[in-house]
Amino acid sequence: MATVTFDHATRVYPGTERPAVDQLNLHIEDGEFLVLVGPSGCGKSTSLRMLAGLEDVNAGNIYIGDRDVTDVQPKDRDIAMVFQNYALYPHMSVADNMGFALKIAGTPKQEIRKRVEEAAEILDLTEYLDRKPKALSGGQRQRVAMGRAIVRQPQVFLMDEPLSNLDAKLRVSTRTQIASLQRRLGVTTVYVTHDQTEALTMGDRIAVLKDGLLQQVGTPREMYDTPANIFVAGFIGSPAMNLATFDVADGYAQVGEARVPIAAEAVSKLTDADKGKVTIGFRPEALSVVDQAGPGSFPVEVDLVEELGSDAFVYGRLVGPKALDAQVTSGAGTGQVIVRVDPRKVPMKGDRLYVSIREGEQHVFSPSTGERL
Amino acid sequence: MQNLQITATAPDPAILDLPWHLPLVDWPDEVLAAFPRGISRHVVRFVKLSGRVIAIKEIGESVAYREYELLRQLRRLDVPSVVPVGVITGRQDENGERLEAVLVTEHLQFSLPYRALFSRALRPDTADRLIDALAVLLVRLHLIGFYWGDVSLSNTLFRRDAEAYAAYLVDAETGDLHRALSPGQRAYDLDLARTNIIGELMDLAAGELIDEDVDLVAIGNTLVERYEGLWETLTGAESFGMDERWRVAARIEKLNELGFDVGELEITTDIDGVSVRIQPKVVDAGHHARRLMRLTGLDVQEGQARRLLNDLDSFTAAHERQNDSEEFVAHDWLRTAFEPTVEAVPRELRGKLEPAQLFHEILDHRWFVAEQRGADVPLAEATRSYVENVLRDRPDEQALLGVTPDERAAGVPDPDDL
Repeated sequence: MATVTFDHATRVYPGTERPAVDQLNLHIEDGEFLVLVGPSGCGKSTSLRMLAGLEDVNAGNIYIGDRDVTDVQPKDRDIAMVFQNYALYPHMSVADNMGFALKIAGTPKQEIRKRVEEAAEILDLTEYLDRKPKALSGGQRQRVAMGRAIVRQPQVFLMDEPLSNLDAKLRVSTRTQIASLQRRLGVTTVYVTHDQTEALTMGDRIAVLKDGLLQQVGTPREMYDTPANIFVAGFIGSPAMNLATFDVADGYAQVGEARVPIAAEAVSKLTDADKGKVTIGFRPEALSVVDQAGPGSFPVEVDLVEELGSDAFVYGRLVGPKALDAQVTSGAGTGQVIVRVDPRKVPMKGDRLYVSIREGEQHVFSPSTGERL
Repeated sequence: MQNLQITATAPDPAILDLPWHLPLVDWPDEVLAAFPRGISRHVVRFVKLSGRVIAIKEIGESVAYREYELLRQLRRLDVPSVVPVGVITGRQDENGERLEAVLVTEHLQFSLPYRALFSRALRPDTADRLIDALAVLLVRLHLIGFYWGDVSLSNTLFRRDAEAYAAYLVDAETGDLHRALSPGQRAYDLDLARTNIIGELMDLAAGELIDEDVDLVAIGNTLVERYEGLWETLTGAESFGMDERWRVAARIEKLNELGFDVGELEITTDIDGVSVRIQPKVVDAGHHARRLMRLTGLDVQEGQARRLLNDLDSFTAAHERQNDSEEFVAHDWLRTAFEPTVEAVPRELRGKLEPAQLFHEILDHRWFVAEQRGADVPLAEATRSYVENVLRDRPDEQALLGVTPDERAAGVPDPDDL
């Protein structure tokens, strides 16, 4: 068991100007499940490979526990890449399939059997240990692959998009299994994905990266409730947060015909670079539909309603003066806002709704820096 | 009902007739050429298509496109690998349920899966030759910046290459192409290869397909030694005195001998001009294959090319044509030696081996008969003798796949099920 620390760790690929990972500072606690998430090219896989020793570190250091592993060979780092090797061997028993790497390393037989039995217990494979892998289901075979990593008793598990080559059903069940298994084992785990739902459902904490820069680290709840900047706000959560930029005057944002109050503290942090504007974020589920225009409510014209049974989402546009200037983005793309509505009171296409942002559920950002105010 | 998206370089319209609305596991025997052996991570089937065999693998859409692109890049970089045919997405079954995307590759003709090589009684040095072939492939991949991520015997196919084997990459799912690999990436890939190979051999031992006494760990270690030796020869720097400059030519010759051309050699001298340091910067495999291709248009593997070039040399000497243009002599050799020999093999037996491999074996056979007889044997006679005494009893290797639907129906057991 160990902590993992990235200390100003930087990776610059030869011939490129911008670092693939730029001065990453990240401390992962012993036993923690940390998810690195971000869009393609954000540096998440590069960060993981730096920790694995598969990528040179051009500046800064990486520690596993107190040990500086920056220049240590991958196989001497005491880490395991889980799911690297899936191939099951048909003639060997499930137990041998799990323990063969220990056998190669010269671990004594009793010790191998002990570790395999412990792993099988956790993985619910005990009754299959002496059978051949052909007798196993797809999910059980996945667990044997996990077992291979577990029996090695590494300090850190590394997983790079382990679910990407599974079909949709197996993906959801394996996701749950990995998360619960990690909690039972208590082994520090770094997990890479591009899928924010995977990140939110699996991680103790999530680190969001973009363009090689760490944007924010926090628990799923923190990332969802208090995104540190516009990028994180738009990236975490599904459907994504609505974001729009409005003129601000006398402590109010001019949202179409409405005036949405902004906390004085936030307004005070605006600078000249913001040119009298403010970016407001509001999640689809943070909007209340109101009966008519009020001081804080603004109109949305309905383009489409998506009914999901338990929920319904309105895809629409802000209307009214200045609505076109608001640079609206959301999970539905540019110019669209998404509103969660009562599935029993669904509006029609072309209707006009009045919505207001629920108290305390508005996020205010500086348009110039993108930072939370 | 289906809205298939086919991404392919040269699509064969016949591909549209395959039952894409069925999950691959449910495809009827009529369209199948074989089931793969062993346990695969994904559903894989060999399918007959317009007289060829293709391999179809069900796999997630993004991974399918990624592997397709990687395989195309590897082809462009001239790495021995399977030829990607295309990716098919948008499959649906009759109830409108979405089906997994597939990656289609061409079956590599005359290729031998390692399980087939081991489960037939072969010479004891087979494992060594396979390991050698895999080491060469891994070095070639690493030279171009390819990190494999799951090197194993089962992700490789082997083809006979004169007296040795040539290895081909068949599964690039875990791979990544980089500008250049770091020592850490190479070391990790090699370590994984070692572990996987020993694991695969342990599996064969558990299935009693290889002798229990064989030291499997030693075979795995051989891969590491061969790889490291070859890597050092191909990329290592050496220094020597100014008066030993012949060593530059010697180094290039040594690499040629190993089958590599030197595309770029860095030569630096120290300030006083006392010593020279050389280091190959760009090396390309296929030295002999390229030369044979230039002379004859024959596209064969490196070991086969070396053998054919040797025969071309003997031909030149025997006809005292050392002073003629090499191209002319090569043309005559092709017309009067190589082609008639291959054509003398009855058509129905030609599927057993590739033409260049046939020619190599006939040359070997001629040597063997001549030694017994104590006199030279004409090529035509050697060919007849080889066909009758050797080739007839050999298995057909053009499309050596897994278990055919007929075998399965007849209850012939898959050796891996025992």
